[in-house]
Amino acid sequence: MSSLDTIPVTTEVATGNVEPLLHEIRHALKRLAGGEQGTTIDLKSLPLAPGEEERIEATLGTGEVRAEVDALGPTLIRETSYPGVWLITHKNADNAVVARFIEVTYIPELLRSQPEDIDAGIDRLESELRT
Amino acid sequence: MRKDQNLGEYLRSQGVSRRGFLKFCSATASLMALPPSAVAQVAEALAAARRPSVIWLSFQECTGCTESLTRSHSPTVESLIFDAISLDYHHTLQAAAGHGAEAAREAAQEENKGEYILVVDGSIPVDNPAYSTIAGISNLDMLKDSAKDCFAIVSVGTCAAFGGLPGAAPNPTGAVAVSDIITDKPIINVSGCPPIPVVITGVLAHFLTFGTIPELDALGRPTAFFGQNIHDRCYRRPFYERGEFAETFDDEGARKGWCLYKLGCKGPITYNACATVKWNQGMGFPIQAGHGCIACSEPRFWDKGGFYDALSTGDWGTREALLGAAGAGAALGVASAIRARSRKKKAMAEEEA
Repeated sequence: MSSLDTIPVTTEVATGNVEPLLHEIRHALKRLAGGEQGTTIDLKSLPLAPGEEERIEATLGTGEVRAEVDALGPTLIRETSYPGVWLITHKNADNAVVARFIEVTYIPELLRSQPEDIDAGIDRLESELRT
Repeated sequence: MRKDQNLGEYLRSQGVSRRGFLKFCSATASLMALPPSAVAQVAEALAAARRPSVIWLSFQECTGCTESLTRSHSPTVESLIFDAISLDYHHTLQAAAGHGAEAAREAAQEENKGEYILVVDGSIPVDNPAYSTIAGISNLDMLKDSAKDCFAIVSVGTCAAFGGLPGAAPNPTGAVAVSDIITDKPIINVSGCPPIPVVITGVLAHFLTFGTIPELDALGRPTAFFGQNIHDRCYRRPFYERGEFAETFDDEGARKGWCLYKLGCKGPITYNACATVKWNQGMGFPIQAGHGCIACSEPRFWDKGGFYDALSTGDWGTREALLGAAGAGAALGVASAIRARSRKKKAMAEEEA
């Protein structure tokens, strides 16, 4: 039996949405640098052909920061080669992707320690020190 | 989740951190097709959300809708939506059977009068109600009984929304949609054969988050998911614009991923989220797999000509049919919009009261 690779199907399809998205990121980055608020783009919100999401990722490249948040399954946070442009991939406990975002910001909110978690941590530490 | 807890309290009691909660909210906002800027609003609403009671009735159906839902993304984010609702009756999934199960349904209806969500999959036979019964109760009687005190109805699947396959010609059982019987409650049609699982979850998430009816189109479907047609969101659309079509399923055009319009794709007249939300954990959708859309989320799609007939040659596409459909669609649209609006107003007024 022949392998799937031998079936001559090509996937060189282009929606024309990759360049506008990259320009949207450029505009968002300029706004951020100009002191305005950050921008979040839901990658599910626009039609992309097979391979185009990978093309966006390849164009943005990999920067200096990578982080993994372990909350309700892993979330992978990666700064791209363009500082201030972050790629965020939320996965569930089965490692399936549930949402993907591009965040144009100084630091993604999910990386910050959250006040509620800090309060809970103080309680735990105090309890630990009492025992 | 205890009935006296809100979702925020419940998640904290389960050891979910604020970070986890924010992730849950981001995924939920994406699920509901809300812009990422709405995450803060979703977080605030979800933290205070109470656990709604859901009663799920299955009538003339193939269980494909329940299969679709239960095979949707597995834990953890989406399953929290289900932890956060009280599924009080679902005869395919529940352990109880017979009179015990029916007693549970009646008790849930009594306890949550005016507040529970009724989910229905399958159409209702009205020619002879004995064609489909549960515990000796006809689908028609059970629907009327469960609908009378509900907050809103979600018709899951094209059978419940529009009659579907059981209603296809010659419609031997006299199958009708939920909205043909119940006219005094808000009805949200989540059509599709089956519907996209995350669209079902998204509608439940909307209830959970906002406690309101989402914005609906002329056919009673949530515009967040059914607001655009497959064709407009299809990644093969540029080929259509250039007139590059696959003529057969194995020709050069098919191999190059060209537009499937001539092979019967009904994308141009089908409203659904398949092209963006996609199936199998976002892996793809029928057109991406090389098969045209069959318009499964549209009314009477079984009776509209062959799945492999181009729109321009089939019942969807002859000039007369198109003109007729456009006229009927416009009339139906106006009537449905008025109905949907008045239902929505009533539901919102009841909620505020």
